[in-house]
Amino acid sequence: MTVTLIMLALVIAGALAWRAETYWQGSAKWLALISLALLATVFAVFVIDYAINHNNDFAQLQVLSRVNWIKTFNIQYSIALDQLSIVLIALTWLLAIICALVSWHEIKRHVGFYYFNLLLTIAGIIGVFVAVDMFLFFFFWEVMLLPMTAIIAIWGHEKKHFAALKFFIFTQVSSLLMLVAIIATGYFHLLQTGQLSFYYLDWLMLDIPLSMSQYLMLGFFIAFAVKLPSVPLHSWLPDAHTQAPTAGSVLLAGVLLKTGAYGLIRFVIFLFPQASTQFAPIAATLAVVSIIYGAKMAFAQQDFKRLVAYSSISHMGFVMLALFAFNSMAYQGAIVTMVAHGLSSAALFSLAGMIYQRIHSRNLADMGGFWQSAPRMGGFALAFAGAAFGLPGLANFIGEFLSLVGVFQVLPEFAVIAALGLIGSAIYGMVLFQSSFQGTPTQDIIDLQPRELIICGSLLLMLLAIGLYPMLLLKFSFGA
Amino acid sequence: MIVLLASLPFYPLVSFLVLIAFGKRLSWRLAAIISVSSMALTVLVSAILLFELSTSQNQVLSVNLWHWFDLSNQMGTGVVNVRFYLDGLSAVMISVVSGVGFLIHLFAAIYMKADTNFSRFMAYMNLFIVAMLILVLADNLVLLYLGWEGVGLCSFLLIGFWYQEKSNVLAARKAFIVTRIGDTSMAIGLLLMFNTFGELNIAAVTTLAQQANIAAGPSSFSSSEQANNIYWIALLLLGGAVGKSAQLPLQTWLPDAMAGPTPVSALIHAATMVTAGVYLIARMHGIFLLAPEVMNYVAWLGALTLLLASVAALAQTDIKRVLAYSTMSQIGYMMLALGAGAWSAGVFHLMTHAFFKALLFLTAGAVIYALHHQQNLFKMGGLLKKLPFETSLFLVGLICLMALPGTSGFFSKEAIIAQLWSSNTAGPMLWWCAILGALLTSIYSCRLFFLAFLGTARCTENPQAEKSLLLRSALIILALLSLFGGLIPLDLTLVFSAAIQTPLVQLIEPTWLHSVAIITPFIGMLFSWFYFQNYRLSPLKGTKYNIEASEGKIVLFCRQGLGFDVFYNALLVKPYQWLAQVNKRDIFDQIIMLNAWYVGLWHDSLILVQNGSLRWYLAAFGLAIILLLGVSFL
Repeated sequence: MTVTLIMLALVIAGALAWRAETYWQGSAKWLALISLALLATVFAVFVIDYAINHNNDFAQLQVLSRVNWIKTFNIQYSIALDQLSIVLIALTWLLAIICALVSWHEIKRHVGFYYFNLLLTIAGIIGVFVAVDMFLFFFFWEVMLLPMTAIIAIWGHEKKHFAALKFFIFTQVSSLLMLVAIIATGYFHLLQTGQLSFYYLDWLMLDIPLSMSQYLMLGFFIAFAVKLPSVPLHSWLPDAHTQAPTAGSVLLAGVLLKTGAYGLIRFVIFLFPQASTQFAPIAATLAVVSIIYGAKMAFAQQDFKRLVAYSSISHMGFVMLALFAFNSMAYQGAIVTMVAHGLSSAALFSLAGMIYQRIHSRNLADMGGFWQSAPRMGGFALAFAGAAFGLPGLANFIGEFLSLVGVFQVLPEFAVIAALGLIGSAIYGMVLFQSSFQGTPTQDIIDLQPRELIICGSLLLMLLAIGLYPMLLLKFSFGA
Repeated sequence: MIVLLASLPFYPLVSFLVLIAFGKRLSWRLAAIISVSSMALTVLVSAILLFELSTSQNQVLSVNLWHWFDLSNQMGTGVVNVRFYLDGLSAVMISVVSGVGFLIHLFAAIYMKADTNFSRFMAYMNLFIVAMLILVLADNLVLLYLGWEGVGLCSFLLIGFWYQEKSNVLAARKAFIVTRIGDTSMAIGLLLMFNTFGELNIAAVTTLAQQANIAAGPSSFSSSEQANNIYWIALLLLGGAVGKSAQLPLQTWLPDAMAGPTPVSALIHAATMVTAGVYLIARMHGIFLLAPEVMNYVAWLGALTLLLASVAALAQTDIKRVLAYSTMSQIGYMMLALGAGAWSAGVFHLMTHAFFKALLFLTAGAVIYALHHQQNLFKMGGLLKKLPFETSLFLVGLICLMALPGTSGFFSKEAIIAQLWSSNTAGPMLWWCAILGALLTSIYSCRLFFLAFLGTARCTENPQAEKSLLLRSALIILALLSLFGGLIPLDLTLVFSAAIQTPLVQLIEPTWLHSVAIITPFIGMLFSWFYFQNYRLSPLKGTKYNIEASEGKIVLFCRQGLGFDVFYNALLVKPYQWLAQVNKRDIFDQIIMLNAWYVGLWHDSLILVQNGSLRWYLAAFGLAIILLLGVSFL
């Protein structure tokens, strides 16, 4: 119940912020920030309280509410939490607050409506992570998508309409496949048990013949592979990330991509274990290609945000590779990578936004030598680039190392090729850092302001905490 | 006492944090005091630890800081802790790192005084020491890898310290990426190691490997799958070592790394970081011993690098690049020693080399400083009279480098050469390589000395030496260590106890071996005395000696590192850049956007039809009717 109220409260707070901005200028951002912080606290308290009261560590899915929604089709409003969704929701809260902070001075037009969209997206994302009725899941999947498209289309950069359209079409087409798969699986449930059901826990009991589950699995897989994204379905991402406003990029890279990974775990691997094992060689190949290809493409970019966007493809390749190794170590590595990449890419995109606000360009050729005038920013940039190229001591290293150790036990050749991605990431990381902060100073910029220091500092602290003490995350098994 | 071990890297870490947090707000004096005194504390604690270690029972101290993470496979769970492990080998390393590191910090505090980013410089130096201490104290390979990458990052930052220069930026990038290639090889080695042993703890892996060897029996072991894995593990670790230690085939970054300030070259690119590869192999000797083929590769790589680098050093014009190539060749000696199974000798040479090479670099720095940043040997000359103090210290460094009898370099190099002839994994061929290397070493050393300190003064400006007492005392201590460091008793028998091998075939060593090894440097000196005489003599009145760097093709080829840069550029760098450039638009995106283009095409052509003019519609209408009628009649 509480989780439902939290989502509802997010929508209401968004609407309030929208209205309030028309009366008091500058109130929307405060309202958004405060409600996010408050609701995040409520969520944390709820989870802890639940864990203590029920003496439960969320190792299994804990169904929180189950209400009939559309009776004819036995569609229910059912939501549940487990360790996996809690970690991802926690990441969502953190990045949501970061998003509110990075938008502080950046958004100048339709401010109220902007925060409404932001909060609506976040409500949708949380819905995606908690829904255990597949129809409801699909509903939230769409709720998350629409305001996100609006954020890109209204507050984006010069090619925003194109990017928003591309993002929308890619996601829509792929989620159509998922819808077909959902309906087909529900119908299969009817055939097998005599009752239509879209309830995830019912589906887990299903015994689907392999010949059929292959196709169902593929329907889900494609939808999530687009979201993740995996080569060759990745090309919406560089455009969307580049054109979105900073908060949009942070949210896209930090959380939206993780919904793809989450879907792969929950709805591809757990629902269709046999079919996905059979599919693993193809998925792993795609993943390895994504790692190398993403790193190579990142190196070719001249646009700060586009470079980071391609690096995301490379990193998410590690996640997919680890998931399709079917190894508990690799699985844990995938989850750490998801969180770590969420933090590090959010940090790099925030940094890109801060630079853009100062020089009104994302082009690396316009940058250079910023270290001179903005040493603090340079230090953070180095640390975040370091996280991206897997510097030990920061979170990404743990994720990638665990993934590789796990994958190596199952698919050693794939692990070796994926490890070559470490070289590729060093190359683009160097290019990114050196062409913006080293070299002959082109112009002087203002160093980090207190608000920006809070953003960068908190992200770096999280990266360091997970990098140095990963047991924070690893003590959970995530239902493996 | 355990607390002291745990705290060792934290002194420079605290200093780093303070310096970074306050940055330019710190005065020179305060920043220097903070960074140098943190190093002094490190030295003090290291000294106490050394004492503790010598009195402890099994000569091992270890302390667990915290539980990092677990790794698991079908064999069980391997715990990866942040845990420090101090034995004879790491004790040598921490004394070198903290001792030489302290002296270089002291030197740098004065040398870099005028730099506007002084506190940033000292902060990086401190951070480097932190990472290096973690590297040598790590009890498992993941923690070692953390230090390994950390020193790489600091090396990158310090090479590119004067980042406004494009060339420095590129040198830093090159160093980082080339070593990263080695690091990746090492990372893959770790994956394979964990898969084979289910452990990444160094001591545990060594024991497991040896148990497997004993259990299978030496003869059947060599054909087993595990032996094959060990072969690959050793080879992959070697890949990491050659990257960090600038050995063939990943040696190309080191000469360019001289773009960094001179104290950096002394600390990172001579005394400590570049010897990390040597440390890694020495640390993992238990694995390498089970892969004698790889030990043979190590020896050959070392020997080839040794020769290649000495030849390249002969052709350099930049004083720091001569020293860089010399470092490369001296590490070649260490590798040769490791490959031959002369573990203690290799580590011993690591230590003495740290002393005299740090001395050489720092003195070179003092000379460069005095000459207003002139690094070209052909623009020096005759400095003996103008900078007698620097000259004499440089000479001390050089005689150690040449391994003249009595100096520290002599003891360590002789210890290596003496074990080569009859080693299983080396042999007479490699012995001759080492001797040839010694000859070349003495020749390039003499050339360097003659060019810089003897002959006519070719520098236009008057040298102004820094006469600070602190700076000079740092140099003098290093000179004393270089001269007498060979007398430091280094007992590593406990560490390498597993490594004591009995040669399969006892080669009979000729009696002349030792005398040849001792005489060789003198032959080189004699040769240089005559061959380079126009470098050392002042021209007689009226005659003119040509003291210009030769521009012959072969000389240029050697000066540029024997073509490796060109080769790698053509083989790897250019194709990668080309690939990136060609596919900048992302071929997958273009294929997908073809759909959009196709839809757009229909959209545009259908719009053309709907142009709103009646004549068009009528004509189309008529045409269609005619067509339909025609079709139906036919």
